[in-house]
This record gives sequence, C-alpha cells and structure tokens, in this order.
Amino acid sequence: MKTSDLIVALTAADARPVRQAAPTASVAATAGIGAAAAVAVLALWLGFQPLTHAFGARWFWMKAGFSLSLALSGFLLLVRAVRPGARLGLVWMVIGVLALGAIGLMAAHTSMRAPPDRQTALWLGSTWRVCPWRILALAIPIYAAIVLGMRSLAPTRLGLVGAAAGLLAGGLAAAVYGLYCQENTAPFTAAWYSAGIAASALIGGALGTRLLRW
Amino acid sequence: MVAGQAGDAAAQSRLLTELAGHLRAYFARRLSRSALDVEDLVQEALLAIHLKRATYDPRFDFTPWVFAIARYKLIDQLRRLGGRVSVPLEDAGELMAEANPEEGVVRRDLESLLARLPARQRSLLRDVKVEGYSMAEAAERAGMSVTAVKVTVHRTMKRLMKEVSDEDL
Repeated sequence: MKTSDLIVALTAADARPVRQAAPTASVAATAGIGAAAAVAVLALWLGFQPLTHAFGARWFWMKAGFSLSLALSGFLLLVRAVRPGARLGLVWMVIGVLALGAIGLMAAHTSMRAPPDRQTALWLGSTWRVCPWRILALAIPIYAAIVLGMRSLAPTRLGLVGAAAGLLAGGLAAAVYGLYCQENTAPFTAAWYSAGIAASALIGGALGTRLLRW
Repeated sequence: MVAGQAGDAAAQSRLLTELAGHLRAYFARRLSRSALDVEDLVQEALLAIHLKRATYDPRFDFTPWVFAIARYKLIDQLRRLGGRVSVPLEDAGELMAEANPEEGVVRRDLESLLARLPARQRSLLRDVKVEGYSMAEAAERAGMSVTAVKVTVHRTMKRLMKEVSDEDL
C-alpha cells in the first residue's frame, strides 16, 4: 500500500473530533479505583486495626504521610512519563527524595536515642517478614487498574512508565496497609515500607515493558 | 494537529502527508544497516499518530511527541524482528546489526569479496570459513587432499586480507 493512499484511507475512514486525552485525570481515576479495590481486599483479608485510635496517633500519620508522599512522587512522574516526548521535570524527584530523607532522619533519630536492646524491636517490629509482601500484594489491584487505564494513552517509555505506575501503586498500597499494620516506629517504616514500595516500583518497571505495549 | 483533533479531515491529511516526509528521513537515517523496510515503518508511525491523536496535548511541543512515537514504533519493530532481544533506545539499530551479521552490509561485502576469487578457491573458502565445514570435510567435497585444502585456504585468506587492506589505504 502506498503511503499517500494510507493517509487518504485513514482520514476518510476516521477523522472524528477527539477529546484531548487527560493523563492526569485518567491516572488519578484509575489509581483511585485501584486503591478502593485494595482497601476492599485488605478488609476481607486482614481487616483493619481500631481506626479511631489509629487516627489519633502520630505514628499512623507518619506512615501514611511517607507512603502517600512516595505515591505522589510516582503520580507526578507517571503523568509526565506517559506523554510521548514530554520532559519529566524534577518535582517528582524532589518529593521522593524529601520523603525518603525525612523518614531516614526520623529513623536515625529514634534509633540513636534508643538503648541497644531495643534496636531489634525498632527495626524489625514483629511483622517485618510479611510487611513488604503484603504491600506488594495490595499494590497488584492498583497497578492493574493503572495499566488498564493506559490503553487509551500512548506510552513510549514503557519501563519508566511501568516503574512510575509501580511506585504510585506501591505508595498507595503501603498507605492502605497502614489501616491494618500497627507497627509504630520510624525505623520499621523506613526499612520495610520502603522495601515493599521499592519492590513494587521495580517489578512494575519490569512488567511495564510487556504489559504496556500497543 | 489541533485542527485534526477537532475533526478537520483535510487538515489532518495535510499534516500526515507532511509528517510522512520527516518520518521517512528519520527512519532512513536509522535503518541503513537493518533489514526493516523504511516505508513500512513510516506507515506504522502515521497510523499510530492518527489513532493516538487524542494523546497529544497542545500545551507541550509537537515535534517531541511525533518523534517519541516514531522511535517507539522503530523499537517495537526491531524488537519483533529480534524476538527475545529487548533493545535500548538509540543503540537499537547498532545492536541489531551486530546480532545478525548474516544480514545486510556484512553479507553483501562478503559476497563481493568472494566473487573476486577463482571458482575453486571461492568454494573452498565458503565451505570452510562461512559454512563451517572442517578441513577434512571440505577436502572430501572438493576432491583434494587435506594438506592441499589447508594451503589453498591459507593462501586465499592471505590474498583477501591483502586486497582488503590495500583498498583501505
């Protein structure tokens, strides 16, 4: 087929007006749906901790703030990365670095003021073996929703878009998991929440190169 | 592009026609050593640009958007060609060319070199150096002694090397 014929055929067959895609709105919507699904999964799977008590506790908001900051970082990266040819900007990185720096400082501060025999409890809590895996599991529905929502878009940097989606999904999943998890130290959050979120971003990037093709 | 998004078929058609020229140049530059067909890729890219026209946001530059899609289609095609190989961005063309030395320029150069040789030397060299027969097998195929094959192959290689390096000077 000649290229000029293709152009004629394309524009004759379909020149409908299209509404400009809005990646920001579509990612926000799919991530929101995914997060709601993750909350439902958590409710059926592990249940919640006593929430009225948790909502009044500083450690709950420390974990939620950390997780949601990383989710925000992933969100900002994702909505840029998913636009063909767009610059990524630096805001996402600043937020991510600030979140990691803040939790790192809090963890170091807590750890240094605690006696040696408390260190294990601070860093490992009682659930370190399962925490990253559960965060990863809760990230699955969120990641899936985001990836499905990408079908109407035209991602050209599949690994990067996948990793950003994984970071967003992991951050949201960690925040959701906080509704159950009663670990209350900064060192635990810095180590194991970060591990779960990082794993989600890495796996998301690896899967992205396959799942996001169009 | 914005007019095309709004449903102006004539504007969209003009846009695609103009882009076809740019894309042809873009792909031709990158595909000189690959087995892919430039015009196929131009059409793939135009198709993608048209079908995904909703994803262009006029607040951003248009050119990066077009070439990001063009590059994506290029890598996509190379990936299909290469099967399991996953190819990073700019190096895609280079890598593919090296992964398939049988194709393209290398193959053509080899044939043109071999064509200069007398028939007997040519078939011997092809058997031993290209097809991978052992000296003994090649000797049997050519009806020569193993020693004669070894000597001939060695001399032929020397002659070829000399010719090639003379050309390079």
